Amino acid sequence: MNFILSNVTPTEPFLEAHEWENIAVVITAAVFIYLLYFLKTHKFWGPRLSQGFKGFIPKLGLGLALFFITIALMDSFSWKDDYPKDAQVEPAAREPRTLFDRSFSKIVGVPEYKFVESTSAAPFGKTEFLDETKELKYNHIFGTNAGGQDTFYLVMKGVRTAVFIGAIPLLIMLPIAILLGVSAGYFGGKLDDLVVYIYTTIHSIPTLLLLLAIVTTFEINLKNVCIALGVTSWIGLCRLIRGETMKLRELEYIQAAKCLGVPTWKIVQKHILPNLTHIILITCILTFTALVLMESILAYLGVGLKSSWGKMIANAKSEIAQDPVIWWNLVFASLFLFLLVLSVNIVGDAIRNAIDPKATQE
Amino acid sequence: MLAYTIRRILLGVPTVLGTLLLLFVVFFAASSPDQIARNALTEKAKPEDIKLWKQNNNYSFSDEKIEEITKKEFGDDYKEKVDAKEIAKWQKENMDIPNFWNSHENGWNVVTKTTFYQFMSKMLVFDFGISTYDKEDIWVKISNGVIPSLAVTVPIFIVGLIISVFISMLAAMFRRTYIDTSVVTACIVGMSIVYFLYIIGIQFVMAKTLKWYPISGWSDNHMIYFITLPFIIGTIATVGESTRFYRTIMINEINSDYIRTARAKGLGDIPILTRHLLRNAMIPILTRVILSLPFLVMGSLLLESFFGIPGLGRMTVDAITYKDLPTLSSVTYLSSIIYVIANIVSDISYTVVDPRIRLN
Repeated sequence: MNFILSNVTPTEPFLEAHEWENIAVVITAAVFIYLLYFLKTHKFWGPRLSQGFKGFIPKLGLGLALFFITIALMDSFSWKDDYPKDAQVEPAAREPRTLFDRSFSKIVGVPEYKFVESTSAAPFGKTEFLDETKELKYNHIFGTNAGGQDTFYLVMKGVRTAVFIGAIPLLIMLPIAILLGVSAGYFGGKLDDLVVYIYTTIHSIPTLLLLLAIVTTFEINLKNVCIALGVTSWIGLCRLIRGETMKLRELEYIQAAKCLGVPTWKIVQKHILPNLTHIILITCILTFTALVLMESILAYLGVGLKSSWGKMIANAKSEIAQDPVIWWNLVFASLFLFLLVLSVNIVGDAIRNAIDPKATQE
Repeated sequence: MLAYTIRRILLGVPTVLGTLLLLFVVFFAASSPDQIARNALTEKAKPEDIKLWKQNNNYSFSDEKIEEITKKEFGDDYKEKVDAKEIAKWQKENMDIPNFWNSHENGWNVVTKTTFYQFMSKMLVFDFGISTYDKEDIWVKISNGVIPSLAVTVPIFIVGLIISVFISMLAAMFRRTYIDTSVVTACIVGMSIVYFLYIIGIQFVMAKTLKWYPISGWSDNHMIYFITLPFIIGTIATVGESTRFYRTIMINEINSDYIRTARAKGLGDIPILTRHLLRNAMIPILTRVILSLPFLVMGSLLLESFFGIPGLGRMTVDAITYKDLPTLSSVTYLSSIIYVIANIVSDISYTVVDPRIRLN
């Protein structure tokens, strides 16, 4: 199929990370895959993890999660086709297009920016939804939205935003939560009072309102939304880590290590952090799903990011009230949101069953 | 006990002040006074109007004060010595009252003649002023919205609590059987659905297709007619998460020695569950209940705006939509005050529920 215009051939396609967001997605995926590999090969966690992932449903959840991560990764590598300046190509062809866009174009046979109709069409429809005399140019398995864009394409584009909005705030909040939580719990005293004061103060403002306040005062873009989510979501984990560290600090083996003159950083690294792993891991997974769901609520309240499921659902709210009902945008966007959150929840539950000492005690 | 209560209340004061500082930074310091004035007036307001509004609302110095600080900066005879354009530029940059530190004043006025101090002193006495969107008194708006909000949230909360505690006790009782597994599965599936998919879906089926309930609307005299559908939706949407939370607690408790002892001495299932398990699981349940109280008062943003209920939640959504900063900051401040109070109440209530907690 010739999906790049035949008379001009792009010279030297080159891989580039056009935005910091793309680098961030790649780093996140690398961290996630490394973590899975690390746990799988670990001599203590490895066998327990395989125990947790026994059965069909956890494996299905893991497969779905890996599928979403693959799509997000494919949507993060982009490069420009370097057309000559005077070549007659559409403006969209000169923009950087991602690996996912290119694969999608290969499958459907036309470039993704041309894969549009003039108005909405039902899934597998042969004609336009409102005017049955007009034939469609292409087949759309999930139909098209009011602007004629393919719903399947839009839904798939939403994967990256969702993975991103769940993962980047997580990466922002993890160091804050671990640093503040461990130091407050381990050293106690004035430092503990200060940390507790900071998180009580932030937590006393409702999270959603604080988020909206931050996002409405600053500009609405992916970076600001991520920072706002990261700044507001570290409190739960910090509180848990602080409590657990306070408990660990009093245990005999830590006292013994102190008596033997082991330096503080080594005690924290060797004896405290490994004992916090299960809390951190489980909270991370729960926070991820909470963040993805939070984004859709933000989108409904008008703080939507471009190409996100939340925005699709928010836009579809008026379509569902019309007669005849246009249901596919709402249904498919929320179906994919549901599948992502469900798969992460299943993986989280399996990991919890595998490594949380409380979940397995009987 | 009394000493502890007093100390706990005094510890709440710095939290409230910190909240105010955070609110101020987020709502005011980050957007310029010009922007606030434009939000309050119109987007295309004239510069003179903006200046007047800022002076009337204590965001910038009065004309005399500007004259005075210009003299201080350039000398008394600045009009002859310095170029008029430069003066105008300098005045434009320095006419706003500083946020935290007013170096043009002496003594305490350095702190008190600042935007933050004025904001804080108004908020501390609950003087919220008027909304910039519909020019109504914010207190009146808030007090009108409380009843509809509570009418929506309280039934959802109480019924949801009873259902989820009941189901979680069942799951703990029959742990490691298919009952427990299906409860956990249902909870995970329920938690994975976005809140407003429940709203859109159930509203579509029950109100639009089957026409059992009104799609949206509100009337003070027919409250039950209008809150039934939000009640059903809210209960279904929230019960999954809380069941999962309570199940973890119940499973922790049901493995304890006292349950085994109770069973060994021949107690039936129902007395064990109600008299032993539930009482010991009371502390985490109580914490969760008390800390949810602020959210009950503040209403549900999504339910209220989807069903056209004139409560605090919809007021907040409107304030966000129209960038009504005074209303938004007042609502946020009020809810954080309620949260701080709820926190204090929950700490004190531990001593009532659990005699083991000794205070010193």
